Amino acid sequence: MTQRAAFINARLVDPETNLDTPGALLVEDGRIADMGPRLFNDGRPQGATVIDCANATLAPGLIDMRVFTGEPGAEHRETLASAGESAAAGGVTSFVMMPVTEPVIDDAALVDFIRRRAAATAKVNILPAAALTQGLKGAHMAEIGLLQEAGAIAFTDADRTVTSSLIMRRCLAYASNFDALVIAHAEDPALAAVGHMNEGSLANRMGLGGIPTAAEAMAVERDMRLVELTGARYHLGQVSCAAALEVIAAAKARGLPVTCAVSAHHLVLNENDVGEYKTFAKVSPPLRTEEDRKAMVEGVRAGIIDVIVSSHDPQAAETKRVPFAQAAYGAVGLETLLPAALSLHHEAGLPLTDVLRRLTSNPARVLRLTAGRLAIGAPADLVLLDPGTPRRIDPQSFRSRSKNSPFKGRLLQGAVLRTVVAGRTVFEAQVS
Amino acid sequence: MNGHPTRQHLLAIAPLQRHQIESLLDLGNEYVNLNREVQKKRDTLRGRTLINLFFEPSTRTQSSFELAGKRLGADVMNMSVAQSSVRKGETLIDTATTLNAMRPDIIVIRHQDSGAVALLADKVSCAVVNAGDGAHEHPTQALLDALTIRRRMGQIEGLTVTISGDVLHSRVARSNVHLLTKLGARVRLVAPRTLLPAGARDWGAEVFTDMRAALKGADIVMMLRLQMERMTGSFLPSQREYFHFYGLDREKLALAKPGAFVMHPGPMNRGVEIDSDIADDIDRSLIQEQVEMGVAVRMAVLDQLASKLPNAERNA
Repeated sequence: MTQRAAFINARLVDPETNLDTPGALLVEDGRIADMGPRLFNDGRPQGATVIDCANATLAPGLIDMRVFTGEPGAEHRETLASAGESAAAGGVTSFVMMPVTEPVIDDAALVDFIRRRAAATAKVNILPAAALTQGLKGAHMAEIGLLQEAGAIAFTDADRTVTSSLIMRRCLAYASNFDALVIAHAEDPALAAVGHMNEGSLANRMGLGGIPTAAEAMAVERDMRLVELTGARYHLGQVSCAAALEVIAAAKARGLPVTCAVSAHHLVLNENDVGEYKTFAKVSPPLRTEEDRKAMVEGVRAGIIDVIVSSHDPQAAETKRVPFAQAAYGAVGLETLLPAALSLHHEAGLPLTDVLRRLTSNPARVLRLTAGRLAIGAPADLVLLDPGTPRRIDPQSFRSRSKNSPFKGRLLQGAVLRTVVAGRTVFEAQVS
Repeated sequence: MNGHPTRQHLLAIAPLQRHQIESLLDLGNEYVNLNREVQKKRDTLRGRTLINLFFEPSTRTQSSFELAGKRLGADVMNMSVAQSSVRKGETLIDTATTLNAMRPDIIVIRHQDSGAVALLADKVSCAVVNAGDGAHEHPTQALLDALTIRRRMGQIEGLTVTISGDVLHSRVARSNVHLLTKLGARVRLVAPRTLLPAGARDWGAEVFTDMRAALKGADIVMMLRLQMERMTGSFLPSQREYFHFYGLDREKLALAKPGAFVMHPGPMNRGVEIDSDIADDIDRSLIQEQVEMGVAVRMAVLDQLASKLPNAERNA
């Protein structure tokens, strides 16, 4: 029997086509069957569950290209199920899972396991990325062809840079063989090893070792040369500073197949948010200066930054309630991704569709997904949201198992009212 | 055949003209028939000394040259690096001049460095045959491959030959591309990008990374040997991944022309670049025939070089 659901009285926003119109949308068997301003003008849909959107914004579900889970290996931090709950609450209908697990996802059988386990336990689409090098060790390339056949969406060493330029070149060349996407982390490991936060006067004052922006810019420079040699599809997992952004902009101007993302916290926060040694603000790459943060906002506006990610990285209290230098890197972000990104709309004046594009159709294009758009035939992965609703961030209300949010106590705008994956509602906000 | 005005070498296929290649193949073909008789011995090289100087281990090529020299009546001496003074620190050129002082007529050299054979050829007064130098050329391998193909298919002109495997490190691939394109074949190279040299497109061959596309409509599939050390993660992730995408099995071979032949310069890595089932299929595999042609073609090469030695008339 056909499952039908009708979303009426919605503000339809499709970033890909710049659609922004009052209208309705019909879902049939998990896909968008019809949509538009005049849909259901001549009467209510027959045999469909009707959802009255009350003029809220109906957009494609968010696609988050950078999420760490604890499962397998560190289920106390996050399971696939709890990450799915957290994503659904954040309006995220698909996310790319980083292979930093125990064991590392560098074997085709593990990709298959994650996909089955995610389908069985998680509410949203989990797209496993596989390791670029075996064991994330940067020494031997992973079985990119077999991993891709098993369903790995991309190849990445997640939070480490492949140190050897020769191995990186060969990884890129080999990935290009299979037209596979490589997601890189750019930070010269030797330069960064002595630091814990952004290098500068604040780090000096606090007595913490610094990580210079040059560590990031140099690594991106190198990678751009290697992309030029190999023609591989390259996505910079996170850009955090103006110096690195300039390198990306120049590479794009030269026509290289390069895209990049910024983490929501790098758009909203700066190094001062580390404040009194707040370990929840210890992230990799580190929060940078206000000038760098502004450059990130401008990078999004100019279209040099293609994608906004959460970099959701759940950490247990015991790895964060320690002196700053000893604390683990990482911040949860699935449930703050939308309101943090929307600050670009509210505070920097970007049109809503431009912000949502970085969260929907752009990641879909980079990942070659059919989701991420409101189009007939596309998967009915949707988010119903109110961009203006103010809220104070309370990590205790998070569905994630970990609460290490640098946004704790901050006022942001934007609320997820309902999240739909393949036509099925997986999250509905409590009416207050 | 080129080099010193008073003597000639066989250092590479690249400088040869089509008619020079064809005359070597014609002569080689005659030696195939001789080698199938009971009385295989000729005295063409009687009194001549042939030195096999192998800096890299080889069973097949070295014994093939040894047999070729002996069947033509030459005295053959084998020198491999394990026994030579090169290990004791003597330079390459010292070794060459020392050997040269023993007055050999032909030296057959294999060396792991590209260009090393040409370097030695300059320092000696005898004829030199390149038995493989680094990733540069292996001319007698290309000649024996061509003779094998010509005997099976009648001609080389117009055939589609797919060469698959470690093109980057392969002297066999380089010599074969030169030779087969000179003789009018369409040559395709297929390998993962990490094993394709950057400028492969300039060689006059079509370059593929998809094995299936490269096999479509091929008359001949030439597999290259893949060194085991390439498969531990630097060039390729693993043996199983390589075999899955680039190993020749029945299913992939079915994409080539019906009855297409399979060749391999040996030694084979069964289950890595080629399935045993195909390697041993007498209807499809020319691998044993290649070995037979190897002796014949090397006899032709030695015969021609000896006939052009400065003192050749005294021997006649």
